[in-house]
Amino acid sequence: MSSGTTTATRAEYCVVACAEAWRGAGEVLASPMSTVPTIGARLAKLTFSPDLLLTDGEALLIGDVPAVGARAQVVEGWLPYRQHLALVATGRRHVMMGASQLDRHGNQNISCIGAWDRPERQLLGVRGAPVNTLNNPTSYWIPKHSPRVFVERVDMVSGVGYDRAAAAGPSATRYHRIPDVISNLGVFDFETPDRTMRLRSLHPGVTVEQVVEATGFALTVPDDVPHTREPTAEELRLIREVIDPKALRDREVPAA
Amino acid sequence: MSDRTMTAEEVVGRLESGMTIGIGGWGSRRKPMALVRALLRSDLTDLTVVSYGGPDVGLLAAAGKIRKLVAAFATLDSIPLEPNFGAARQRAAFEMVELDEAMVMWGLTAAAHRLPFMPIRAGLASDVMSVNPSLRTVTSPYGDGEELVAVPALRLDAALVHLNRADAQGNAQYLGPDPYFDDLFCEAADAAYVSCERIVETADLLKDSGPQSLLVKRAFVNGVVETPNGAHFTSCVPDYDRDETFQRAYAKAARDPEAWRAFGERFLSGDEDAYRAAVAAFHEEEA
Repeated sequence: MSSGTTTATRAEYCVVACAEAWRGAGEVLASPMSTVPTIGARLAKLTFSPDLLLTDGEALLIGDVPAVGARAQVVEGWLPYRQHLALVATGRRHVMMGASQLDRHGNQNISCIGAWDRPERQLLGVRGAPVNTLNNPTSYWIPKHSPRVFVERVDMVSGVGYDRAAAAGPSATRYHRIPDVISNLGVFDFETPDRTMRLRSLHPGVTVEQVVEATGFALTVPDDVPHTREPTAEELRLIREVIDPKALRDREVPAA
Repeated sequence: MSDRTMTAEEVVGRLESGMTIGIGGWGSRRKPMALVRALLRSDLTDLTVVSYGGPDVGLLAAAGKIRKLVAAFATLDSIPLEPNFGAARQRAAFEMVELDEAMVMWGLTAAAHRLPFMPIRAGLASDVMSVNPSLRTVTSPYGDGEELVAVPALRLDAALVHLNRADAQGNAQYLGPDPYFDDLFCEAADAAYVSCERIVETADLLKDSGPQSLLVKRAFVNGVVETPNGAHFTSCVPDYDRDETFQRAYAKAARDPEAWRAFGERFLSGDEDAYRAAVAAFHEEEA
């Protein structure tokens, strides 16, 4: 990475950007679906969002904040799948999912690529994306920003975007919210008049041109785009020494 | 109270082609794999399978047993994509009813409660509605006027589940952290068959565990099968973890037709004893 005033890596900016998604979330379950968001959720809990609930990835709510991959020493609760799916409907959760495809309205696809009747490539299936997006805040983490992911139109709407929710009516929009989309290049949101995707911040070292080139749809780019905030020295220490001492974050986001 | 113990073959003997069969567990966790393997050895076909899918779905799909699959996903957990499920979908080998995870739970709940549907928010505005044109919405009769999805009851002809312990009458116990939806599958089914690691005396069920571990009640169970290692290669904690080495070999073989034929020949051509012996030999080679 180029020299500058910071020593943070791209992966660490991503961790901090993910952590920020849970700032002010209160006493809710943070559900991160891959490595960098997992580190981010734990960082948020250890710093500015101490009331977050975290799981061990299966049926237990953990009462401590272990390193990623390490076993929790303290269990504070039980959350088997049946309770997890019910918790979603209470809204007391903010999930950060992945996306195989994501469009400018925030429609997400993890089900299949190509025609649904006979997919070119079968992926996971819709999983819980429909229930998530209609019931609790749902953010997305995209470790490799590319036009293959950021597409004009997704092949199978699994997670619901703003346009589709609006078209379906008040029962769909009532609890629908996509606060953040975070990629290895920057942070995005839907704070535009027509609720389409906007570039909110660039990770240091990334240009607007790079983002536009890696995005397969017209992105709203404000005249003045800030940089994603710097991690504090204490945050860097927590990431490197406490939460991710094995540097698993670098596997998901290699150094730029 | 009747003794409901039987063999896996006897369970399969109670099933018929064309039935709707629910399979318990979740992904690659506590799947009734010995019962699935018995199904693979049978000539049953045209099944409608309802499952939080794992290798149960993959194996049945690869064997051409599935006419229709009702599921939100199929995964091997530590390997995100189930290769046999993926390949079968890509050749349109069966009809798919793709639902959200919560829709499956509420569909089973409706069936267990003898209700025609359950109203839920999940599914609205997603393509689950477009790929399942028979799904309907329902308008709240109260002042809110909300329009919600009416998830139809997922009534089953039979349920297959695997638990850690059971007694001979069908009271079945899970000892791991998650019950999944095994009780719901049994209650949503006209007939339920429980395989377990070990059949114990009723009086011994609570020797090491609290009463909340007694997940499945005998009133909903028609058959009990003792199948040690019967969830293999999926996990059945605390009795055993997922056999990751074997699962990797399964997934690798499933990605290549020639390798898959060899895998079937080696592991799935005989009975459950032969399967166990072949798995033991596999591990000796890997060691």
